[in-house]
Amino acid sequence: MIKVLKPGLATSVQDLGREGYYHLGIPPSGALDQYALRAANQLVGNPAGAAGLECTLVGPELEFQADALVAVCGAQMPVRLDGVEQYPDTAFKVRAGQVLRFDFPRAGARAYLAVAGGIDVPQVLGSRSTYGLGALGGWQGRKLVAGDLLPVGVASGKSRAGASLPMALRQSLGGEVLLRVVPGLYYDRLTATAARDFFSDAWTVGSEADRIGYRFKGGSALSFQPREQPFGAGSDPSNIVDSCYPIGSIQVPAGLEPIILHRDAVSGGGYAMIGTVISADLDLIGQMQPNQQARFVEVTLEQALEARRSYKKRLAFVQRLFT
Amino acid sequence: MNAPIRYSFGADEHLFAEVSDSMSLEAFFKGMAVTRAVERLQLDGVLDVCLANASFQIRFDPDRIAPQALLEAVQGAEAEAVAERSLHTRIIEIPVLYNDPWTHETLMRFRDRHQDPDATDLEYAARINGLADVEAFIAAHSGAPWFVSMVGFVAGLPFMFQMVERERQLQVPKYLRPRTDTPKLTLGHGGCFGCIYSVRGAGGYQMFGVTPAPIYDPQQQLDYLKEHMVFFRPGDIVQFKPIDRDAYDQAVDEVESGRFTLRIRSVEFSLDAFLADPVGYPQSLQEALA
Repeated sequence: MIKVLKPGLATSVQDLGREGYYHLGIPPSGALDQYALRAANQLVGNPAGAAGLECTLVGPELEFQADALVAVCGAQMPVRLDGVEQYPDTAFKVRAGQVLRFDFPRAGARAYLAVAGGIDVPQVLGSRSTYGLGALGGWQGRKLVAGDLLPVGVASGKSRAGASLPMALRQSLGGEVLLRVVPGLYYDRLTATAARDFFSDAWTVGSEADRIGYRFKGGSALSFQPREQPFGAGSDPSNIVDSCYPIGSIQVPAGLEPIILHRDAVSGGGYAMIGTVISADLDLIGQMQPNQQARFVEVTLEQALEARRSYKKRLAFVQRLFT
Repeated sequence: MNAPIRYSFGADEHLFAEVSDSMSLEAFFKGMAVTRAVERLQLDGVLDVCLANASFQIRFDPDRIAPQALLEAVQGAEAEAVAERSLHTRIIEIPVLYNDPWTHETLMRFRDRHQDPDATDLEYAARINGLADVEAFIAAHSGAPWFVSMVGFVAGLPFMFQMVERERQLQVPKYLRPRTDTPKLTLGHGGCFGCIYSVRGAGGYQMFGVTPAPIYDPQQQLDYLKEHMVFFRPGDIVQFKPIDRDAYDQAVDEVESGRFTLRIRSVEFSLDAFLADPVGYPQSLQEALA
């Protein structure tokens, strides 16, 4: 068991997510940075889909009640075990009674803590991921609070302390982030000026940035072409008849600030989407801190698929480590 | 409604399909026919087929099915799908305490985000729909059944489209800025759509009342939620029944003790019969609940 002494800002149990319920409004959930969770699981000998802890900006303080093998990947949030800093991206041994804490992030927004055996909460609809809006999955359907006692599964014994992610497979975080976008959906409803501004302006992450979506500010207002609104679409030119939202899709309510939906997305609504961030770049969004800068880069579907192949190739390297 | 569907990729994991840019039951029926045809294909790599009001979306794994191959398969399904004009479904009576104290407290807290800060959401909706007063609005809202045309936004939330002629559709804009809070099980309305907020949370729809009936419960404690934690499906028909505070309180007690249930009956819905007699036909559906 792991006892939560302090919960941190928004710590939740996540695995790779659940598929097949988005049509009922239940989004995939799962680690926003899937690569980091997979890497942390690999370091402690877990299957890729084991549940870990997603620790956001301010990490939790955890007391281990049994010996464990632990690794933290993702955001550079230095980990201290009884005050002693541990190597990042490296498995380390924790003895029963030891307390693990996080420093503030130097780069990135979400650290992923994997423990050998995984966080052993029940699967709900095929996943251990927490979907907070629906109070579903994870630990009691919510973020962790002080006093929670998290069960740990049986370790595979496939890894050991000191197992470390090669430098080439570590993530580089921070600085300006380039997010590749396939324009589409209702992109043609933007004015030509707005379509150009969207891709040429620099944007910064606003304060409303969470697992549901990231709001960006600082660029030009993005106007939609005026039209007589179709029946049922609502009165603002940015409105459409409520429809489904892709994960990674970008909407611009009232033409003001773009919002990119992430893995806890609201599944649909009445704001026109102007494009979608490619799957290979979704991890990057979850690692962005408030006020960090981004630019959107226009790509084709073919380029998105090529980027996905590179991403998967990198994942395959991680998946082959220590085996 | 015979215009071809407009397809667009939501990057490499989603295919988005707009049946029509305006809402109608015919657009919904066409979307339903195509999505059912796609489901029957059981394509490897299709993760989720999501039906919306007048559109749909397919979430897929491009490692297992190439986007172009998926598009061709869906277009094939579109060409072959015969938009069914009738539907075997169920009608459900949902009790509602209109003008309740909880949505009233909430709407007063967010008056600065509303078009008409001096009126309640119900008073505003009655006025802009040309109805004499709140009572007349409630009579219109609960006078004809509603079609569930989408489930989503959050887990299990039904979007509903009322079975009346277009001239009688109740329409209200959303709040100027979304609220950060909505009581759970609030009856909302935005554009031409009604909804029931399945959970507490943010929302932009006008608020008219609350139902005591849970419609989403991961614990699945009531009989009608045993089969699935999400109650509604697109194609369900909903009839609202105004209740008073005593009946509401009694229903809440029944929910808490696990005894609460809903009145649910099977019905055949015919789109053509509705279009031929949009006043009389919905009344014949209501009779199934009698």
